[in-house]
Amino acid sequence: MTLRAAVEPGSGAIVLSAADVSRTIDRMAHQIIENLDPAAAVLMGIPTRGVPLAKRLAARIEVFCGKLMPVGSLDITLYRDDLKLRGVRPLGETVEPEGGITAKTVVLVDDVLFSGRSTRAALDALSELGRPSAVQLAVLVDRGHRQLPIRADYVGKNVPTSSGQSVRVRLAELDGEDCVSVVEA
Amino acid sequence: MKHLLSAADLSRDEALGILDTAARMHAIQTREVKKLPPLRGRTVVNLFFEDSTRTRSSFEIAGKWLSADVINVSAKGSSVSKGESLRDTALTVAAMGVDALVVRHNASGAVQRIAQWVDCAVVNAGDGTHEHPTQALLDAYTLRGRLGPIEGRHVVIVGDITHSRVARSNVLLLNTLGARVTLVAPPTLMPSGVASWPCTTSWDLDEALCGKAHGDVDAVMMLRVQHERMDGGYFASAHEYAATYGLSPRRLDYLGEGVPVLHPGPMNRGLEISSAAADGAHSVVLDQVQAGVAVRMAVLYTLLAGGEEVAV
Repeated sequence: MTLRAAVEPGSGAIVLSAADVSRTIDRMAHQIIENLDPAAAVLMGIPTRGVPLAKRLAARIEVFCGKLMPVGSLDITLYRDDLKLRGVRPLGETVEPEGGITAKTVVLVDDVLFSGRSTRAALDALSELGRPSAVQLAVLVDRGHRQLPIRADYVGKNVPTSSGQSVRVRLAELDGEDCVSVVEA
Repeated sequence: MKHLLSAADLSRDEALGILDTAARMHAIQTREVKKLPPLRGRTVVNLFFEDSTRTRSSFEIAGKWLSADVINVSAKGSSVSKGESLRDTALTVAAMGVDALVVRHNASGAVQRIAQWVDCAVVNAGDGTHEHPTQALLDAYTLRGRLGPIEGRHVVIVGDITHSRVARSNVLLLNTLGARVTLVAPPTLMPSGVASWPCTTSWDLDEALCGKAHGDVDAVMMLRVQHERMDGGYFASAHEYAATYGLSPRRLDYLGEGVPVLHPGPMNRGLEISSAAADGAHSVVLDQVQAGVAVRMAVLYTLLAGGEEVAV
């Protein structure tokens, strides 16, 4: 039995604890190494939480195979198809990884895969930066409800949800702790 | 935020939001492909009743890089020269289904009037001697790039304050952002209502730059002497103005290292600014021009890209 003394009200059902999150990232790092050559690939985190995830994956990949995968960030705000559906959104930072992305395998990294629309926007944004040889997708949580023909190559955890729920990912770099929970809307 | 008519319309958070967005837009300018999609299908009309090169062209580039369709309408050669009224001209252009009007007019308040008549977003690109908010934003952006956060900084604005929409917008915006402003001008070029502005004033440039405030000046902004708006004698001679209010090489030496010198352009070299100041290490005049596109992209994005604000 696990103690969940520190769960604040409204934080919902925890699906990944801090220990689960680091185990999951380790497993995804191993899968990436098995699947591609880290020397010819880059990680592109999608702000906000995809960026620290990409950095953690790169750090674990370096530990496991000794190869450094360059990390970048890719802001997709200007490429979203729902800009008109909300008030104006602030822009995130786009940083090209060292050596660029052309002729590399780009692994997009995001926290949650839901409708697939963010990923579509990311593919558009990526094409402005160069021409990768291939693009893959790594997500910490796949919660289903796809609206576009998109799937992830590396999934930390599949979490069945209803469309009324939301998945909340908290990462130590931004939120002070690692935790993934499902919250009732 | 529907329009940008005055620098005073911006809250501190809105202003900082535009400056942050401009920084992102600026990073994009170094890319090979500069076109971004967020305003695809939107139409922006530059409606200029007064001559302009840098403001009009930077709004045009800003709109185009955000994928908006941009049309330039200048008063010369339009039906304005056939006697059409301001209201009719504005309504005619707006009726073509435009999403934003970027307006410059030589009468103070004209842009605010247009905003009351039309349904689309209106951006003030300079109205008479009143306001020029995007210039104030790009000046703030340039200052932030050189000095870091603007809060607590001291900016000295020198020259033809009376005829300057740049000065008024800068005083308002810099005040919103937490900076202190000192205006320096001869009594004839200091506007009559200046006592109500959130700033201090001085008639003595040497005192302002190296008197008791010496070492306390973080930036100096020189304003153009606007001959075209002057209807009488505001100073004895160009030589006398240059000697008392020009940023001469001698006054340049007062400034600490790294104190930026701004000028909204076009410059009257040898009058309000010496070539040593305009081209020297202190000058950020070209940074201002470059910031102009990024800031105007941020303004158009902020006004046009989002939908109705919905409480989340």
